[in-house]
Amino acid sequence: MLAIDDAPNPWIDFGYLADNWDRILPYLGQHVRLTLISVLIGTAIALPLAVLARRVRFFAAPILGLSTLLYTIPSLAMFAFIAPFTGLSPTTVIIGLVLYSLVILVRNFLAGLQAVPGDVREAARGMGYGPSRMFFKVELPLALPAFMTGLRVATVSTVALVTVGVIVGQGGLGQLIIVEGFRRNYFRAPILIGTVLCVLLALVLDQVLAYTERRLTPWTKRST
Amino acid sequence: MSIFEGALVYLNDPVNWTKRNGILELLGEHLTIAGLSLLIGMLIALPLGIWLGHTGRGGGFAVALSNVSRAVPTLAILTILAVTPLGFTIWAPVIALTIFAIPPILANTYVGFREVDRDVIEAARAMGMDTRDLVVKAELPLAMPLIMTGIRTAGVQVVATATLAALLAGGTLGRLIRSGFGTQDYGVVLAGALLVALLAVLTEVVLAVLGWVLTPGQKQIPFAGLFGRRGSGSRGGPSVAKLPVGEVARPVT
Repeated sequence: MLAIDDAPNPWIDFGYLADNWDRILPYLGQHVRLTLISVLIGTAIALPLAVLARRVRFFAAPILGLSTLLYTIPSLAMFAFIAPFTGLSPTTVIIGLVLYSLVILVRNFLAGLQAVPGDVREAARGMGYGPSRMFFKVELPLALPAFMTGLRVATVSTVALVTVGVIVGQGGLGQLIIVEGFRRNYFRAPILIGTVLCVLLALVLDQVLAYTERRLTPWTKRST
Repeated sequence: MSIFEGALVYLNDPVNWTKRNGILELLGEHLTIAGLSLLIGMLIALPLGIWLGHTGRGGGFAVALSNVSRAVPTLAILTILAVTPLGFTIWAPVIALTIFAIPPILANTYVGFREVDRDVIEAARAMGMDTRDLVVKAELPLAMPLIMTGIRTAGVQVVATATLAALLAGGTLGRLIRSGFGTQDYGVVLAGALLVALLAVLTEVVLAVLGWVLTPGQKQIPFAGLFGRRGSGSRGGPSVAKLPVGEVARPVT
């Protein structure tokens, strides 16, 4: 039994929260930044990939197979594969997170595009829609709910994954949990605050996207 | 010496495998933690999933649980348990991993039971099967593919999350990655990453084959979707849309 075990180490410590708000906020900021950048880049890459897989059936199996393999690799190993090339920088974390978000996004985007009924496409073609107008006016809106589902899942997963970036010193709230909490004599207050903020951030971003989806697709039933 | 050479040299030295806290010892603890968690997870989630699926109750709960679990960082739960009195025992990571093993098994078992054709159940009842026979002889075999998907998902999940336990007190394979970063030796980092990734992929393959073996009747060869044109199976192939996309999927760790 160490003397430190007798020192008070409460889980919930509002005093810590009040005193260290200016330390916590930058971690939260980094967490939000890493999440948004990764999901945005992931979306920008996933959309053309999904369209390619939809157009050229030949690509669908390799793209989905490769993404399944990627998804199996644990995040710590993923960051460890990337870090030798990009070092202890946010780039390492972003590349890893983009790869993971790609897996979710490509699958959902592709599922959305494949779910567009053939009759609808046929009808649009009959009305004289060219390939690009077909994509933007017919396929994209119809696939939007599946897109948004993918985007929500990817965003929530990414928020949770950012914490592992702590291995390269870029973990957002993971820094708060591990560096400020665990490695500072198992200090519980920052561990719990970091966890709660992570979950809250995921839920808030999820709800923002759910709201956006409802605004973008007013014709669908409001189920969420 | 390039980083790749560094990794190969590290992996080629038998001492690195057999020494104290070497690869074999870390692998042993890794598999112990992951195996225990998966086992306990199955013991909790399978009966619960079967009961919920059979009665049709609490489906929203099962699926919601699997969705919410995605928002909770595994690293955070691992850390929280690591600073409890259990902290330095093997039970801290085991409990944390079990928490993340339950949702995929529960959700998939539930969905598997719910998706059994109602006509089949009626026919089984008409043939005079009691509830126990109905569950064991009719519903369970038909739900088997999805149940095994859940177990495979959970298995890969616990193997992946066990890696993270090395950031705390756990002596799992993630320890190599962590100590490699600690000494700025990227060869060791890469060696650790290779071992961890290999273990995860092996887990996926072994559990997929096991699922294939345990599934009665017509079944799809595992991973056929990766190479084949258009499998009708539940994974890999382009028929992803049939799955409740993103609902029973695994959170990455």
